[in-house]
Amino acid sequence: MTYIKPKFRHPALPKNDLGYTKTVYEGSLSTLCAGCGHDSISAAIVQSCYELALEPHRIAKLSGIGCSSKTPAYFLSQSHGFNSVHGRMPSVATGASLANKDLIYFGVSGDGDTASIGMGQFVHVVRRNLNMVYIVMNNGCYGLTKGQDSATADEGSKSKAGSVNLFHAIDLPSLALELGATFVAQSFSGDKAQLIPLIKAAINHPGFALINVISPCVTFNNNPGSTKAYDYVREHIEATATVDFIPLQEEISADYAAGSSKNIEMHDGSSLVLNKLATNWNPQDRMSAMNAMQQAKLDGEILTGLIYIEPETTDLHSLIQTSDTPLNTLDESLLCPGAAALEALNEEFR
Amino acid sequence: MEPTNIKDPEYYHKVVDCQYACPAHTPVPEYIRLIAAGKYTEAYMINWESNVFPGVLGRTCDRPCEPACRRGRVEEEPVAICRLKRVAADHKSDVKDLMPIIPTEKNGKRIALIGGGPASLTVARDLAPLGYSIDLYDNQQKGGGMMRSQIPSFRLPDAVLDEEVGFVLNMGIETHFNTYVKSLKEIIDQKYDAVFIGTGAPKGKDLSDLPGRKEAGANVHIGIEWLASVAFEHTNKIGKKVIVLGGGNTAMDCCRTSRRLGGAEVKVVVRSPFTEMRASEWEKEDAIHEDIPIIDCHVPQSFVVENGKLIGMNFDKVHAVYDENGKRKLVSTAEAPVFIEADDVLIAIGQENTFPWIERDLGLAFDEYGMPVVDKNTFQSTNEKVFFGGDAALGPKNVITAVAQGHQAAISIDLFCNQQSLNDRPSPYVNLVSQKMGIHEWSYDSDVVTDNRYVVPQVNKDIALKDRKVEVELGFDGLHGYKEAKRCLNCDVQTVFTENKCIECDACVDICPTACITFTFNEQDENTLRQKLNIPALNLSQDLLVSAKLPTQKVMIKDEDVCLHCGLCAERCPTSAWDMQKFFYKTNKAGSQCQ
Repeated sequence: MTYIKPKFRHPALPKNDLGYTKTVYEGSLSTLCAGCGHDSISAAIVQSCYELALEPHRIAKLSGIGCSSKTPAYFLSQSHGFNSVHGRMPSVATGASLANKDLIYFGVSGDGDTASIGMGQFVHVVRRNLNMVYIVMNNGCYGLTKGQDSATADEGSKSKAGSVNLFHAIDLPSLALELGATFVAQSFSGDKAQLIPLIKAAINHPGFALINVISPCVTFNNNPGSTKAYDYVREHIEATATVDFIPLQEEISADYAAGSSKNIEMHDGSSLVLNKLATNWNPQDRMSAMNAMQQAKLDGEILTGLIYIEPETTDLHSLIQTSDTPLNTLDESLLCPGAAALEALNEEFR
Repeated sequence: MEPTNIKDPEYYHKVVDCQYACPAHTPVPEYIRLIAAGKYTEAYMINWESNVFPGVLGRTCDRPCEPACRRGRVEEEPVAICRLKRVAADHKSDVKDLMPIIPTEKNGKRIALIGGGPASLTVARDLAPLGYSIDLYDNQQKGGGMMRSQIPSFRLPDAVLDEEVGFVLNMGIETHFNTYVKSLKEIIDQKYDAVFIGTGAPKGKDLSDLPGRKEAGANVHIGIEWLASVAFEHTNKIGKKVIVLGGGNTAMDCCRTSRRLGGAEVKVVVRSPFTEMRASEWEKEDAIHEDIPIIDCHVPQSFVVENGKLIGMNFDKVHAVYDENGKRKLVSTAEAPVFIEADDVLIAIGQENTFPWIERDLGLAFDEYGMPVVDKNTFQSTNEKVFFGGDAALGPKNVITAVAQGHQAAISIDLFCNQQSLNDRPSPYVNLVSQKMGIHEWSYDSDVVTDNRYVVPQVNKDIALKDRKVEVELGFDGLHGYKEAKRCLNCDVQTVFTENKCIECDACVDICPTACITFTFNEQDENTLRQKLNIPALNLSQDLLVSAKLPTQKVMIKDEDVCLHCGLCAERCPTSAWDMQKFFYKTNKAGSQCQ
C-alpha cells in the first residue's frame, strides 16, 4: 500500500534563486481520484512558486469546501493555510489580507464553492479588487457528492448517468469582467505550458486575479457528451495567445513576428509576452475581452489564455488606505494608543 | 526516437541493473523479495539455479551487481546484494529434495571435465540432469578449485564449500581427484564426446629478475601457491615480519592469512596509488581493520639478504603521472631507496594461464599470448570437441564469471552432442505479469524505505586473528537481513506503458517523486530528446522508454535512470495506461532448447 510519497528525489533536481528544489514547495500525497485535473493544477502551483523563488512562509493558501478546496493540502505544505467554510473563502481571504498585506494570498475554490454557495462572496471580492490569486478548479459537477451538475455545467452537457443539463451555465470569467476584475484568465488543467505562466502573472498582479481552470472530473464528468471531459476540452480549446511570464531581472529573449505579439509591462517591471494574438482582441481593453468571450461561446469554443489585464490597478488596501504594516508587527502602543487617543478620535465625530 | 520495443526482453532486462550486470544474470530482486518474506530456501534455489554456489558467492563474490545497483544512484550506497545472498544460504532449510533428479538411464554421451573449479562444476551441474556421464579430473584432493585453494577459510569456511561442491558431485559425477592431467591427447583418446577445460589461471607471477630473488629463496613465496599450501595444511606458520607484494584481492588474502599464522608486522606494499589498487574496497578495509598498513607507490627494487638470510626489501618511491589519454606512468621520486624489514615475502602480483599439458598438434590453436583461441559466445576451441570456461578460457576474472561461462559452455556441449548448431542458442525464459491487486495495492512492497545500508557484523578481532578457520563475517541475522532486503527498489517490477489507454492527464508526471516522466514532442536525435526532458537524462547508460504518438501528437518519455519503481505513476493513472508488471528473466540453459 502506498499512501506515502517516497522521500528520494532526482539527484540532479535543479534549485531556484533561493537554493530550494521543487521538493520544498510540495505538499502531501493527494487523496483525490487518480487522474483528477485538480492534481495537475496543484502541480502547476508548485512549479510556479518554485520558479518565482517565493519563500513558502510568505504565502497563504485559502480554500472553501469541495474536491478543489482539499488541494491546498497537496501543495506548499510549508505555507500558511486556512480551509474555511463552504463558499466563504473570500471573506477569510479579505480578513487575512487586511491583517497582513505582505503575504501572497492564494485562494483555491471550485465551481460549487464559487458559483453556487459562494456566489455572494465571490462577486464582492472581485468588486473590491482584493490583492489575491483566485483559482477556480472548474469541473462542472459536484464530484464530492457523486457528480450532480453544478452551476457551471454547460447547457446540453450530458452527465455520466446520461441526463442532459437544462440550465444555462454561469460563465465565471465573463462575470468577473462585468464586475470590474483587473486580471481574468482561463485555462485547462491539461495544459501546464499555458497554466504556469498565467499563475505566475496572477501572483505578480497587484489586484484581484481570477484564473478559471477547466479541470476534468475523471470519475463523474469525463464521459462522451460532457463539455468538461478531457477529449471535449482538447477538441474545442482555443487560446487567445501563448503566454510567457518574464520576471524583472530577465531579458526578453524570444523573437516574435511583429504584429502578432504584445508585451505587457507589469507594475513591478516584470512583463508578460503574448504571442500569436487572436484577431480582434486586445487584452487591455475590457470590451474587446468581453466580446472575445462571447464570440468564443457562439462558436462553441473554449477560449483560454489571458483574457483581460489592467496592469496598473488600485487594490482594496490602497482604496481604503489601510495600514502598510501588518497588524501582527504593530506594537502595543500603536494598537492600543490609550484613552487620550480614543477621546481625540471621538472628538472628530462630534 | 522510435518507440521502444518492449517486446524485446533485453529492454526490461537492462532496467534490472543488478541482474543485467551479473555475468550469470541472477534474478536478484526476486530472491531479495523472498528473503524479506522469510522464504530463504526458495531464495537459495533461485540463486542455486543461476549461480550454483550461493553460499560461496554470498561471501566472496566480486559483486559486479552492487556498483550497478540503482539505489546507489538515489542515495549513498547500493543494496548489500552479496551479503543478502549469504542470508539465503545461511538460513535455508534442507534443499536435497529440491535438487534435480538425475536420470538413472544415461543418454550415452560421455564428457570429461578437466579442473574441479567453479566453471567445471557448473558444466557438470547443467549436464548431469540431462543424462550425461561425466568424468571430472583435478589435481587437488577435493573439488572446488581456486575456491578451495585460494580463498582463505576465514572468508569461506570449508563446510560451506563442501556442501555446495557436494550438491554437484552427488549428481553421479565420476571424480578423479589427485590426478594431474599431463596430456590432453590421453583424455581425447578415451573417446569422450566432448572435453571441457576449466583449469583456471594456476600460475602465480614471480619476480625472478629482481636482485636477491635467488638468494632469498626459501623465504619468498608465490601468493596463490602459499595460500594453497595453507589451505591443504602443508604450511601453518610464517615469520614475524611479512611483506606482501601486490594490490589485488589475493594480496589481501595473503596478508590476512599471514596475520593468523604468526605474522605480527604484516605490510602490504603496492606499486600503484591506493585508490587504483585492484582489490575490492571492502577487502582493503578488512585488511586495514586487521592492523595491516597498505604502503602504496612503492616499486620493489631488490631483496636484501644478509648472511644467507632474507632481512627485508628495498623499494623505490614513485608517484603516478598521467598523460593526456589518462594513461598512467609511475615515475621515481629519486629519493633514497626505502628499506622495509621482512622475514618472509609473499608475491601476489597477478596470475597467469599455463597449458604445458596441451599438445600443440591437436588442432587446438593458441594465440600469441599462449591463450587458446576460444569463441566468446560458444566457448568452443578450434578443436570442435574441446570447450573452455572460467579463467582458462579468456583470462583471469572471478568465480561468477566462471559460472556464467560454464553455463554457456554446457549449452554448447549439449548442442554439439545433439548435432545442432552452436550458434542457434536457446532463448532466455521471460515473463511479464501485472502486480495489481487493488487501487493502492500491489503484490510487492512498493514503499521505499530510507534506511542506510546495514553493516555485516564481524567476530571480535582478537578471536579472529587466533585461528585462520574462524569466519570473520558473521552474516546478517534474520531481522537485519529483512531490513537490508527492504532497501531493494524492486527494479524488476517494470513500469509498463500502454499508449492507447493514456488520456494525457499528467497525473503520472505530477506524482513521480524522481521526475522520470515527461510528455513532450518527439525528436529525431536521442541527445536532443534527452536534453529536453523535465530533468535532462544525462546518464547515457540508462535507456529512455519512448511511447508511440499520443492524441495530442506528444509522446511519453520515461528516463529509467532513477525510477524508484514505487508504482505511484500506476496508482495515479486513471486508465491503467501505466501498470506495474513483474519481469522475470532466466538466462538460457542447457536442455532448454527445443529438441
